[in-house]
Amino acid sequence: MQILKKVFLIRSSVAVILLLFLTSTPVMAETITQSENSIADNWWFYPLILFFLSFLLGVFAVLAGVGGGVLYVPIVSGFLPFHLDFVRGAGLIVALTGALAAGPGLLKKGMANLRLAIPMALIASTCAIGGAMIGLALPTQIVQILLGATILGIVVLMISAKKSEFPVVPKPDIVSQTLRIMGVYHEPTLDKDIEWKIHRTPIGLLMFIIIGFMAGMFGLGAGWANVPVLNLVMGAPIKISVATSKFLLSITDTSAAWIYLNNGAVLPLMVVPSVLGIMLGSFIGVRVLGITRPKTIRKLVIFVLTVAGAKALLKGLGIG
Amino acid sequence: MSDKVTEEQILYSNILNAGMLIGLISLFLTFVLYCVGIFDPLIPLETVQEYWKLSVSQYLEKSGIEAGWTWLFNLEYCDMLNYLPIAFLSLITIICYASLIPSLFRKKDTPYFVLVILEIIVLVIAASGVLGTETH
Repeated sequence: MQILKKVFLIRSSVAVILLLFLTSTPVMAETITQSENSIADNWWFYPLILFFLSFLLGVFAVLAGVGGGVLYVPIVSGFLPFHLDFVRGAGLIVALTGALAAGPGLLKKGMANLRLAIPMALIASTCAIGGAMIGLALPTQIVQILLGATILGIVVLMISAKKSEFPVVPKPDIVSQTLRIMGVYHEPTLDKDIEWKIHRTPIGLLMFIIIGFMAGMFGLGAGWANVPVLNLVMGAPIKISVATSKFLLSITDTSAAWIYLNNGAVLPLMVVPSVLGIMLGSFIGVRVLGITRPKTIRKLVIFVLTVAGAKALLKGLGIG
Repeated sequence: MSDKVTEEQILYSNILNAGMLIGLISLFLTFVLYCVGIFDPLIPLETVQEYWKLSVSQYLEKSGIEAGWTWLFNLEYCDMLNYLPIAFLSLITIICYASLIPSLFRKKDTPYFVLVILEIIVLVIAASGVLGTETH
């Protein structure tokens, strides 16, 4: 069984690289799209590619501990023939449905915390509207350049960011005390209840202005930024930070998703295969999680994101 | 289930869970109807790939589709029907937030009562389509 799972994982890795190679190599892309009566002329061809690619991204997102949205937008916009507007719209719905699906379990277990999420969500979702509106109004090339730079920045963050399992919070700040942002959760690895509180809430709130704006502008989801702010800046335990971040996305991405939806940037033929693929992939990813080497997967994801970020940057500069 | 979880959080998660299931199942079913072609789509499936390469403004101009909530008045077309579960999934959070109001009001938790009301206003404004955008 273990061997079978390893074979599945190796094949998945090869499949991702092959799929990206086939669809991005100019000669192959031309062969696929230009030959008369070619398979790519069928309406179902790219939605099917999107489904399989999203499935693999779903598997790898779980294994690498990143959100699906952050992989989806740069990879799909970089390697498949969809316009960035529709990819960002689909990326937001993908991130939103993933967060909606994870939300109930995380809330019930007490890992995601509503009192921590609500103030941050208000700031982030308001700014996500601004980000989405500006992102749709700016010329595509500019958004592409900014997306490329952001993805490369995320890569740097993934390589360098530390995490703190139980940050020390000597004294909660006045805002968190007033809002009574604190909690208790059961840590199974220690078999004890952990009490937590936060500090530097105003700084955290200011950071969520930028996070919300970027989530709306690029349709990336924002777990990559939420977690470090909640954990390292505000001092929430890492498990609370990860779970609350995932839940937060369901609110932040809702406001941005409406802007894309109301502006016509959501195509069901792209959205539904992507959502179904990534959810199925996440489901499988959770099951193979135990037998994989997260460090190796994380390195692969960092490599793919670097290539996708560089491609987006070069495309925006008119070189790629 | 943890006894450290507040009643608002449990209520929120129950509504979210039910809404998410309804939304995802509907998303799948309407997409099957779309692909099988039981009803006519507004944009024929064979031509959709001509549009997804365009920017959103070019797509709207070429297809003649109006942005905003106009899909709601075209639900007889199977592609427009797909927007129903997508919109529903985007509405769930507003419903969940609304469910928190009575409990927060009863507990006189004024800061969170205000924050929840403000969030609902923000999400309703985003959903209403009143925020027009000049797309590129």
